Amino acid sequence: MSSYSVTEPSLRQKWVAGILVVGYALITILPLIWIIATGFKTPSDAIAYPPKTFFTPTVEGYVNVFTTRTRLSQEQLQALGEPTTWYDKLVRKDGLVISGPSRFAERFTNSVIIGFGSTVLCIVLGTVAAYAFSRFKVPLKDDLLFFILSTRMMPPIAVAIPIFLMFRSLGLSDTHAGMILLYTAVNLSLSVWLLKGFIDEIPVEYEEAALIDGYTRFQAFYKVVLPQAATGIASTAIFCLIFAWNEYAFAVLLTSGNAQTAPPFIPTIIGVSGQDWPAVAAGATIFLVPVMVFTILLRKHLLRGITFGAVRK
Amino acid sequence: MLKSSVDRVAEATPHAIAGRMRGLSDRTLAWLFVAPSIVLLLAVNIFPLIWTIRLSFTNFRVNRPNAAVEFVGLKNYLNILSDRDIWLTMQATAHFLIWTIVLQVLIGFALAYLINKKFRGNDLWTTIIVLPMMLSPAVVGNFWTFLYQPQIGLFNYAVGFLTGADPSSFSMIGDVALAPWAIVIVDTWMWTPFVMLICLAGLRSIPPSIYEAAECDRASRWRQFWTITIPLVLPFLMLAVLFRGIENFKMFDLVVQLTGGGPGSITELTSINLKREAFEKWRTGYASAYAVILFVTVFGLASIYVKALNKVKQR
Repeated sequence: MSSYSVTEPSLRQKWVAGILVVGYALITILPLIWIIATGFKTPSDAIAYPPKTFFTPTVEGYVNVFTTRTRLSQEQLQALGEPTTWYDKLVRKDGLVISGPSRFAERFTNSVIIGFGSTVLCIVLGTVAAYAFSRFKVPLKDDLLFFILSTRMMPPIAVAIPIFLMFRSLGLSDTHAGMILLYTAVNLSLSVWLLKGFIDEIPVEYEEAALIDGYTRFQAFYKVVLPQAATGIASTAIFCLIFAWNEYAFAVLLTSGNAQTAPPFIPTIIGVSGQDWPAVAAGATIFLVPVMVFTILLRKHLLRGITFGAVRK
Repeated sequence: MLKSSVDRVAEATPHAIAGRMRGLSDRTLAWLFVAPSIVLLLAVNIFPLIWTIRLSFTNFRVNRPNAAVEFVGLKNYLNILSDRDIWLTMQATAHFLIWTIVLQVLIGFALAYLINKKFRGNDLWTTIIVLPMMLSPAVVGNFWTFLYQPQIGLFNYAVGFLTGADPSSFSMIGDVALAPWAIVIVDTWMWTPFVMLICLAGLRSIPPSIYEAAECDRASRWRQFWTITIPLVLPFLMLAVLFRGIENFKMFDLVVQLTGGGPGSITELTSINLKREAFEKWRTGYASAYAVILFVTVFGLASIYVKALNKVKQR
């Protein structure tokens, strides 16, 4: 019994630790809760002093993030007649009319296209490369692996200058294809290193058995290793997706209109009079909540993902 | 050992059979599998790097495509190294790097230590603490400017509430003295969980039997902490510092959104400064030399650090 008590913390220790950690956690998620809450405030509630904890929720911010609005005088508003839709009614209250959709939906779609496109490419390239590094004698293997990792050390701005020039001469600037290619390259180091770790853990005996049964090497890879690596591939994919989703430096430098993703766009959301914080918060919420959900799903593999497989628990 | 046995199996397969099955040889397959990744990285990373090095010896400017491009030798490099503003930028970066790492290591380790006490529900709270780390730094950084607003900002209100100061009397991102700390606070908020997770893995890797043996030897808790816990977690902690160090040396998105390098250029970190030179002043050749210097610095420091890390691991 005494040896048990050495490694098992006492009840008092647990209570103290629990209270401190919970306290930290509550403080640390407060900004995130504030983003979500601000999305449901009216602009005047958002900038009230003291900051409002309790308020009447409204979806005005969400309407504003998807639309552009213009201010009309009372006579002009009356001339327009009754608002036809609930969102028309909502903005009419502030003396505004909806003049068209904003670019948010477009930017968000770009984020989805570029995020998923680069993730798929990254996983395909990463899986086969990781398999080769894991199972074959590749000449200069360690050097190649280190080279792949070292591409992560470069500040994005430093490579952005020639990529900017290169994309311009190839006609890739501000295109989905260009950004997909770029994000694939950025995430490839992560994908190769993580997947190599996952494939290393699959016993070689399975493939040996398959090879003896007359499978070719490619069939063994395809039919035996891939299904075994499915969880690893899925979590690697989520990591690639999150990193591409969050990327800002390349997006702000290399895209302007056509292929711009949401991160450079959200901070530029402004209302009719100055920064429209509920709209910014609504846009941010739509953008951030999927990542929060993925993080919760990923929690078992989180450590591995963020350390490129260096720490496996 | 395992790999060689696979090779033996593969080699033992008669070539005729392998050919008939239309299987590719392991060698071909290995090249086929590795080549696309290497080619992509060469095209998107190494080729641009070489191009950057070439540009760094010229006076090329992107916004003047018709001007004659001259070879200027080491002039760009000499100009950068003798530029006082760049040294100020380096100082800002150093301030940011050192303080974020110190705070994140202290808070991150403390949290990991507490979570390792295995109180009920620790998994749930760990997941909550980790959330900020995975979010877009640009989007979150932008929202923090709202939290930092004098008077109406939640941060200012909280500080006012706790210290009794007037929440409208200070501006975290507008004040020259406070702005460097404003970016340290947000980065610490975001990335402490990263250090925490790695420390937690380190703490969990220590076998309980070591503590049991120490207890038998009547080592005090304090002594156990300094002679068992700290040395065994140190390699993990150093790895966390390496990751944070490289990331924060490259720091761009979060700080650009928070302060934009201001007020003045007090929080202008190297990446932001480089972006100004390259994409606002369009001094492409000069900025290329700057980029090369930065890359050599990161790579050099990281290599030295990894050597030290390996030494600690071997001990």
